[in-house]
Order: sequence, then C-alpha cells, then structure tokens
Amino acid sequence: MRIWVFGDDIDTDAIIPGRYLTIYDPKELAMHAFEGTRDAFRTDVREGDIIVAGRNFGCGSSREHAPLALRGAGVRLIVARSFARIFYRNAINTGILPVVCPDIGDIGEKSRIAVHPEAGYVEADGVQYRIEPVPAFLRKIVDAGGLVPYAREIEEVETCTGSRQ
Amino acid sequence: MAKTIVEKIFSRICERDMSAGDVMMAPVDGAMIHDITGPLAIHKFHEMGGERVFDPSKVIMLFDHQVPADSISAAELQQFMRSFASEQGIFNYDLREGVCHQVVLEKGRAAPGEIIVGSDSHTCMYGAVGAFATGIGSTDMGFVLRYGALYFRVPESIRVDVSGTFPEWVGAKDFILSLAGDIGADGATYQALEFTGEAIRRMDMAGRMTCCNMAIEMGGKAGIVPPDKTTWAYVGERRDSVPFDLASDEGASYAAWKSYDVSDLEPQVAVPHNVDHVVAVGEVAGTPVDQVFIGSCTNGRFEDFRDVAGILGNRRFSDDVRVIIIPASREEYLKTLRAGYIERFVEAGALVEAPCCGPCMGGAFGLLAPGEVSLSTSNRNFRGRQGSAEAEVYLASAATAAATAIAGEITDPREVV
Ligand code: SF4
Repeated sequence: MRIWVFGDDIDTDAIIPGRYLTIYDPKELAMHAFEGTRDAFRTDVREGDIIVAGRNFGCGSSREHAPLALRGAGVRLIVARSFARIFYRNAINTGILPVVCPDIGDIGEKSRIAVHPEAGYVEADGVQYRIEPVPAFLRKIVDAGGLVPYAREIEEVETCTGSRQ
Repeated sequence: MAKTIVEKIFSRICERDMSAGDVMMAPVDGAMIHDITGPLAIHKFHEMGGERVFDPSKVIMLFDHQVPADSISAAELQQFMRSFASEQGIFNYDLREGVCHQVVLEKGRAAPGEIIVGSDSHTCMYGAVGAFATGIGSTDMGFVLRYGALYFRVPESIRVDVSGTFPEWVGAKDFILSLAGDIGADGATYQALEFTGEAIRRMDMAGRMTCCNMAIEMGGKAGIVPPDKTTWAYVGERRDSVPFDLASDEGASYAAWKSYDVSDLEPQVAVPHNVDHVVAVGEVAGTPVDQVFIGSCTNGRFEDFRDVAGILGNRRFSDDVRVIIIPASREEYLKTLRAGYIERFVEAGALVEAPCCGPCMGGAFGLLAPGEVSLSTSNRNFRGRQGSAEAEVYLASAATAAATAIAGEITDPREVV
C-alpha cells in the first residue's frame, strides 16, 4: 500500500481533466487521473493505495468523474485536513471513504499510516490524530454501501422530518 | 427565533421551523441536468430502481458543455439524454438555448424561496433571484430524479455587506474576485454567502448572477441575494409570480459578518492557478496573452458585452491575440446582436461563437497549448482547466478582458478608454 501525498486545494480539474468527461467507466477514467499534474499517479497507483491531502481536497466542479477516477484507480480512502462539499458527498456515493483529519501532521510518502474510522483516529508515524465523524445522516448511506443500495431499499422518502446534527 | 434568508427558505418549504444545523430530506422545486453530468445521473436513477422521474415538469434538461457535439461519444450521450427526455416527458432545451445556469434563470425556472439543485457546481448562481440553489453530484441527482428530494443540512450563512459605489469600469466581477482573495478558496465551505448592502441593491441582475455564480469558488454551498424590486421585476417578466417578503431577520445569527466598501476598488485579476490568488490589475499589467475568452455563466451576458463594446470603441483587437466571444445564451446573444455589438466584435477581429460553455471547462474547443497564456472572464483558473496543464489562465472582468484583447497584454480598462 502506497501513500500519495497532495497539498491544499486539489481541484477536480486536476483529478480528471474536462476533456475526459464523456467517459464513465471508472477504470478508463483512472487512466487519466491527475493527467498533466501528477503523471506518475496513473501509472503507479495500485489497488488499496491511500491519498493524504491538505485542505479543500476536491474543490471545483461537481463532476462525479473525479471520485470515480480515483475509485477506478483502486483508492478507497482519502485522508484530508478538509474536503470541498460536493466532492465529499460524491466520494461517499462512489464508495470512497473521505476521512477528515484536521490536525494531521506532515506525512511523507514513506510514512506509515493506519486509518481507524470506527475508533475515530488516524495513526501516522506513531502519532494518533483524531478524525471528524461522518455526519449521522451520511453514515446511513455509508453503512448501506453507498447511495444506490441505500435508495434501492426505500420505497418513498419522508420529507422534512428534521434532526439536529 | 430570528432567521437568515436561507433558514427561512427551508422553514417555508418544510412548513416547520428549521435553522442552521438541521438535517432533513427536503423536496426540491427544480433539478437541472446537462450533457456532462446528466447521463451518469440517469444511469444512477435506473440503478436505484427508478422508472418514472418524480415530476417531469421540475426537471430541467439542456446541453451546453460540448455543443454542437464535438465527438462521437458526446453525440451519443446527448442522444441518450434526448431519448430519456422523450420517454419521461421532460422538456429538453437541447442545445438551442445556451449555458445551463443562464438558461434556468432567464426561462424563469428558478424563483425566490425555491430550493433548486443542479448537477453542476455553479448552480449556486440561482441565488441571484433569491432561490436556495446548490450543485450536487450525479448519484445525488439520480436520487433526486427518483424521489424529488435530497438530504440537506441547513447551512450557516456568512453575511457579506457591500457599500459604496463602484468606480467606472469596476463592477461585480472585481468585487467577487476580491472577496475570494480575502476569504480564500475554502472560506465559505458548507456555508451560504448572503450578499446585502446598498451596492448589491443597486446592482443589476447580471452583476448579482456573477456574484452568486462564484460562491462555489470559496467553497460556498450557496450564494444568495435577498429578493428586492429588481429581483421581482426580473422574475415577473418570466413567470407568474406574486412578490412576498423574503429577507433575513434583524438579529439572525451568522457564522461571520463581512463588510466591504467598493468605492475605491480597482479592477481585480486572479492569477494562475488559484481563484483566490487575486491582485489588482496593475500588478500583472503588461503580461502578454495568447487568448482572451469573454463568455461563460459568470460573464457572458449583454451587460458584459456592453462593457466590451464601450472599451473597444472603434478600435481593433490585437492581431497577436485570439479573441473568443461567446454569449451565455440565445437571449443574451440576440440582445447583443441587436445592439450592434456583435458586428463590432467581428469587425475588430474576434471570433464570435454560438451560446455554449466553450473554452471555459477545456472540454470542447478553444484549448490552450503548453506555455500559452489566457485571460478569461470565466470562474476557474485551475491548472489544466482550459487545456494544457502547462498553460496559464488569468481571470478578470469583461472590461479588463476587452482592454487586454486590444493591447495584447493584461491591461487596466481605465487606461484604454
Ligand atoms: S460556462 Fe463554464 S462554469 Fe459555467 S456551466 Fe459552463 S463550464 Fe461550467
């Protein structure tokens, strides 16, 4: 398992350039992930690799092609100090767990990292960092295995019954 | 309890008290899909067991990103969406009308107090008419197409009070770029930006659209301008509507309260490769450019082209620059055409294309080669957004773009008129 380290404000145009948006197959999209901005990714990424990033990962477009490309590349976990809102929801919907770890220290590609979403922390190079829990309403979707299986289980939705989070 | 306009919209639609932090499945008044993100949303709708969409009259379909189809695969996706529209009884604007966000507003498909979603990040632009509008991904859109509702968390709001009078050739785009520079590309993540104050009240709809459009560039879930006379006049021309009061209460609580005076604002430019890396035009003046793009949902309206025509006068654009002008919609195109500006632009050496996204997203034509520099009136200058990752994109207003296109290098519009 390899760690791919990225900085702040990694945008969805970098993750998958606009000219590939007629593609929907995750594996095919993966062949263009980070094309032009981090070319080693698409050739060297392997199933189970983890992305560790700074603030605002996935900012920009609503294109679900971005998490799909990463999922197609075998990424199931992204640890970031923060995520852009649309990407966060899209990641969950595509089967990637976005882990918000606001205080994570300097991680290098040689770092040793273990993510414990249930226990609520990431351990990196022997140091534990707390992670923010997935909001309860999204937890149900994560537990169902994504929005598609979640939606298949329900017949109709009950609207406007609110809860505070 | 005193409420923000966003809290009021959720309370109104749900007919119960809602405030920031509340989570609920809320019904939507409109759902917009286009040629890029629509096909996947339709697949997801089917995978979720969907057969009929929740309400065909609330689904807004059109094609704008890769039109006319620029590849066989784009043509196939549009063909797929066309047949979905006819099978479901959805009215499809197809490729006739222009860029999705402009079309939604000018066709009266968004109105004050509504909740609208679109599978495009700049859906937040409909806040210009006082709607709560936000961009979502394709799977979320598949869910909306099936159930007509989606999980929302009522966001906190950041109040942005804007006072003063814009100097000549300085306007909404300069203001919103300076705000991005101030609060940063994630300065409003999960929050709504509420624009108020005398400078906003005096601003035309075109300027309000520019401001709300770029809320997402600060991570905003929505941008919103409380409806006033200008809003209701715009909406009233487009659909039956009865004005009602919709504004934040005195004493509503905000995550932050920002005040700006635009009286001394200078033309602003976002420099490569971040929208929040913003400087006054003077700091980058003289930078040679290869291409100028004037268009997009951010600044492709009649008012933008009026500025371009005002700066251009009887001059020509530089022969060293490719000037690409694309009105955001057929309606804006016709207004610009009838004013005589299109003829002037063509005489001056510009390429005027039919309404679409054009080079904005780097998906269709007008792409940049490695090492090339572009100045664009659109909303994003991410590396590779308009072609090669080795190209550079500057963002600015239509006035600054016009001045730059004439001089062949980044130029302060106040210096050329
Ligand atoms: S003009 Fe640009 S920002 Fe607007 S919808 Fe089209 S691609 Fe997106």
